[in-house]
Amino acid sequence: SNNSVTLLVISSCSGRPAMKICVSSNSVGNKIYINLNETFPCVRLLNATHQIGCQSSFAGDVGVVHLLESEENLDWVLGSGPNPPYMVILESTLFTRPIMMKLKHGSQRVAGVVVVEPTTNPPDGFSPHTSCPNENTGVYSESYGPSYAHCNVTVWNPLGTGLSYEEFDFPIFSMKDSNDTEVLRRCYREHNRAVNGSTPQYPLCAMQLFSHMSAVRDTATCMRRSEIPFSLTPEEVCDPLGDENVWASTKPLNNTAKGHKEGESVVIAAAKMDSRSFFFDVAPGADGTATGLVALLAAANALRNATAELNRTILYTFFHGETFDYIGSSRMVYDMENNQFALDLDNVHSILEVGQVALGSNSRLWLHSDPVSRRNSSVNVEVRLYSPHSRSTSIYPNVTQPLPPSSLQRFLRARPIPGVVIENHQASFTNKYYQSIFDNAESLQLNYSPNLTAEEQLEFVTDAAKNLTEVATAVARGLYLQAGGHPAGMNAVQADSRLVSKMLYTFLVRGKNSWSEQLVSPELASQLKDRPTNFYIGVHQQMSEPRFMVQTILANLTGTIVNVTKENCQKQKEDEEDLYYYQWVQGPLRPNSTERDSFCVRSGVRRFAAKSPAFVLREYTS
Amino acid sequence: LLACFLADPAPVSAGLGFLTTPDPGVPAFFWLVSLLLSSLVWFISVQISNKESAAQQKGLLIFGVVLSVLLQETFRFGYYKLLKKANEGLLTLSQEETMPISIRQLAYVSGLGFGFMSGAFSVVNILADSAGPGTIGIHGDSQHYFLSSAFMTMAIILLHMFWGVVFFDACEKRCWWAVGLVVIVHLLVSCLTFQNPDYTATLVPAYVILFGMGVWAFYTAGGSLRNLKLCLTCKDKDFLLSNHRPR
Repeated sequence: SNNSVTLLVISSCSGRPAMKICVSSNSVGNKIYINLNETFPCVRLLNATHQIGCQSSFAGDVGVVHLLESEENLDWVLGSGPNPPYMVILESTLFTRPIMMKLKHGSQRVAGVVVVEPTTNPPDGFSPHTSCPNENTGVYSESYGPSYAHCNVTVWNPLGTGLSYEEFDFPIFSMKDSNDTEVLRRCYREHNRAVNGSTPQYPLCAMQLFSHMSAVRDTATCMRRSEIPFSLTPEEVCDPLGDENVWASTKPLNNTAKGHKEGESVVIAAAKMDSRSFFFDVAPGADGTATGLVALLAAANALRNATAELNRTILYTFFHGETFDYIGSSRMVYDMENNQFALDLDNVHSILEVGQVALGSNSRLWLHSDPVSRRNSSVNVEVRLYSPHSRSTSIYPNVTQPLPPSSLQRFLRARPIPGVVIENHQASFTNKYYQSIFDNAESLQLNYSPNLTAEEQLEFVTDAAKNLTEVATAVARGLYLQAGGHPAGMNAVQADSRLVSKMLYTFLVRGKNSWSEQLVSPELASQLKDRPTNFYIGVHQQMSEPRFMVQTILANLTGTIVNVTKENCQKQKEDEEDLYYYQWVQGPLRPNSTERDSFCVRSGVRRFAAKSPAFVLREYTS
Repeated sequence: LLACFLADPAPVSAGLGFLTTPDPGVPAFFWLVSLLLSSLVWFISVQISNKESAAQQKGLLIFGVVLSVLLQETFRFGYYKLLKKANEGLLTLSQEETMPISIRQLAYVSGLGFGFMSGAFSVVNILADSAGPGTIGIHGDSQHYFLSSAFMTMAIILLHMFWGVVFFDACEKRCWWAVGLVVIVHLLVSCLTFQNPDYTATLVPAYVILFGMGVWAFYTAGGSLRNLKLCLTCKDKDFLLSNHRPR
């Protein structure tokens, strides 16, 4: 009858690895719909027991636009509004747990939610992650340090609302605050607003969100549905999260000979390279991920000339997927236990992990260790050896607390290995934006003057970079001592602040710049993005940005240049695969030309699968 | 097609069958061809024109519409000529003295065919867009777009029918001024659409013209007030008798 509704369309058809592009280009369509760009959906994820995230109807969900003014205004949406279902537009200050839970329970009248992303970070912090990250997959459980389990002693992420781990049966999208948002607000004001108690009449401004997800229930159900054997064209309804871990060693290790290596005693220097947020494919992960990553890379570079003096090998390991119940580290431990890795757990001497290490004016570094394993005196002795010396950063060992969420916990589940985790927080995280869209360059106070060009910004050393350089130096010296270096030679180990600054710029501001372009191989140069790195692990079929960048940077920072032609570089890649990894690198631009001086880099950088062992064992219920 | 019919007497009966059960599909096809030609010309001229200049694009649109109207009328005349030739051919073959096919019936069918095809093309894209959850208006356009499109399309279909009747009759009687008038009225109605989105200014004149053409076509086809009254009260003996065709 008279139910005509004007529409605003968000078409970001996503959810499966390939994103479809919805385009409407005819003139009548343009009079009816407005396509909104720059939107990010929330997608569905599954684990052994639950499904989390958001789901839309098969053809998309349509609802009348309503700009929520306050929590009391929710009553219009949930009760008194005359034209349900509503599409609720939230300013980011209203994207809180109480409001989202009310919307979740009133879901017959809620068609979807759109969150407007603000231009600056909320000053009080925001974290949609759980308050006790990776609670059930760490080392603390009923059988190991039960008093430390479930964050009994320390709540690591007190600001965590747990929204990322709730299940919503309507779509939720995020929109950047831009012209499109203004159009949306104006449309609401002109057509939908109830003035002086009157009910708004049709035609009304409405919105359609499309983000249909094929997966349901839990991992086991989904994998079973994907593998129906009777179909000629089996349809995959879900994909495992996964990518690759990256490792490199200071001494060449034969990668083809798997299992225990006689006489090798290895110090693992670990960092994680992934992050997440509530929304799909958005994970700026500055303090949470990038700082630790950059510190370890800079430390590896600082030690490149000192490797001859070490009697233990250092294994730089970058784990992927640690955000999602330790995908990378659990896989490495599994591979080591099953002789699928170049070393096994008996070869591991100790572990030094670099966690969140952004230093503000008042913060310092803390060494966290596991109190349960340290009751064993041999483990205790090893840990106490750590006291890296550095100019101004003070570091204090801490004995009363359990380990924060870290890859070390997965190793401890296998056997008691001495290890420390370097963090910038004594108890709870100091990171106010843990695993959220706000954990970005701004939260690190990575400030570049707007007068500088991109090139100048790349070269400029910020305060954040200087602080991180000190951390990197501390890490490098700690590794040096742990690997048997002589204390006298320690002061020569120094991280380079310009390198740290360039890496921070590359990961947190713009991935594609003159420095990063020199380091990549020509075929992969297009993978560099002109925006901050997206640290989300993604599905295993697609290469993720952080892994590609870490592998490239690590090869250049720890490798040596070999004087061979491009063909020989490729050939040697195949010949000496056991020990080395050869990569043809673009190199710097020649002055006044578009040609580059390319060269071949030989390094010990390797990759191995970071996909949960559950997919290997095909046991999805544990 | 015609040569085959004339040369080989065997398919003549099939041909007779084809021509005596008037099929609006053939004139529809003729209309389609005329549209194809006019859109080809328009497409080429748009490609070589200056895409930035709005005035030029508007001028091109007017030119396209005028060309399309002229081509449609040309093809209507062409179809008339084809039917004449077929009719004469059949006359030489058959034993009857009177014309086997009523030109008036064919005029009506031709108009109907043209009208259907024109209507379908006008309305199918709009129908497809109206199928989604939204309606026109987000940029402030009038909401009556779909309704007035529908009414305009109906007017055009009926107009094509009336033009068909008048046109063929004028060609039979060699009344060239009437043919010219049909063309001019067609142009007028098409150019009326440039007044959109002022839908009153478009629809009202269009319906006035429709009524006028309807009356003209009625009288051309042999109608009169007396016939109308008899028909409506089902007392028209001529009509009842004429339905008995000699076998």
